[in-house]
Amino acid sequence: MRELSLNILDIAENSLKAKATVVTIDVTVDEDFVTITIDDNGCGMSAEFLAKVTDPFTTTRTTRKVGMGIPLIKMAAEQCGGSFEITSQVDVGTTLKASFGRHSIDRPPLGSVGESIMTLLPDIGETRLIFSYQAFGQTFVLDSDEIKQQLDGIPLDEPEILLFIKQMIDENITTINGGNVI
Amino acid sequence: MKSIADIKAIRDKMQAQIVVRDKEQSNEIRIVVGMATCGISAGARPVFNTLMDEVSTRQLRNVKVSRSGCLGMCRLEPIVEVFVPGQDKVTYCHVDADKAKVIIANHIVNGNICTEYLIGAEE
Ligand SMILES: Nc1ncnc2c1ncn2[C@@H]1O[C@H](COP(=O)(O)OP(=O)(O)OP(=O)(O)O)[C@@H](O)[C@H]1O
Ligand SMILES: [Mg+2]
Repeated sequence: MRELSLNILDIAENSLKAKATVVTIDVTVDEDFVTITIDDNGCGMSAEFLAKVTDPFTTTRTTRKVGMGIPLIKMAAEQCGGSFEITSQVDVGTTLKASFGRHSIDRPPLGSVGESIMTLLPDIGETRLIFSYQAFGQTFVLDSDEIKQQLDGIPLDEPEILLFIKQMIDENITTINGGNVI
Repeated sequence: MKSIADIKAIRDKMQAQIVVRDKEQSNEIRIVVGMATCGISAGARPVFNTLMDEVSTRQLRNVKVSRSGCLGMCRLEPIVEVFVPGQDKVTYCHVDADKAKVIIANHIVNGNICTEYLIGAEE
């Protein structure tokens, strides 16, 4: 993927598909790493299944189609001196954490997180999506429930609203980053 | 800088328009972008974004843009499906931002299917 934000979009879709009622997406930038954590309270996975989706090529093949989303983010993180962790429990939820070496030349840029969140929002239904960005001592948080409250009945999937949210996220991230390119 | 408080202003502005839109619900056009891993890595997100931009700037109140999972034709991604009430589904393949603009102008606004973007047309 050309941007880390595309991995975020891809992985967060798994959480929505898993019928989570709360999905949190966090991006934290520190001195050495850009860390993406996506947590949900969806259907979860058994240990055996989790091993299969994480390393589809090293585990026994089944007739079931194996996805590429999780292996892709894992490979990307490991390729730029980072780390990957995923924990899951059936009926409890899943937490995925991928760290990318911030200064690695192999690390894709973060890209437009606003676009990714905007792409997720039209179909969230009753799910609560919380996004946070923490970097350089500042934090930006966006909570879909808070937005819905402000909207007071106007649907979240109105293009004008979605475009506004996209711009708001990207503006805040750019401001927090100052002159730094993440 | 934009903040959540600004949403109130947009809401107030939109309240009147929504009433109009409700009446048009029955002839809503749906545009669906395949957004599984294969679609995303082939460039589906900028397509989705462009469609959203166009629908907003052209004020197409009866058009809804959404995403779907893998449509089973990874090789043809990004894929865009158009559902016009009373007509057969139209599936476009290898869509990019420029093609998305043409689809909106020709198909959605003027009702002319972009045959050059249909599956098979380019082979
Ligand atoms: N958060 C989650 N909760 C529950 N199950 C999950 C979660 N994330 C992934 N899975 C399971 O793991 C499988 C593999 O996920 P992965 O993202 O690698 O690919 P995919 O979504 O199936 O397919 P694609 O590559 O087309 O996106 C999913 O189909 C799903 O069954
Ligand atoms: Mg996936």
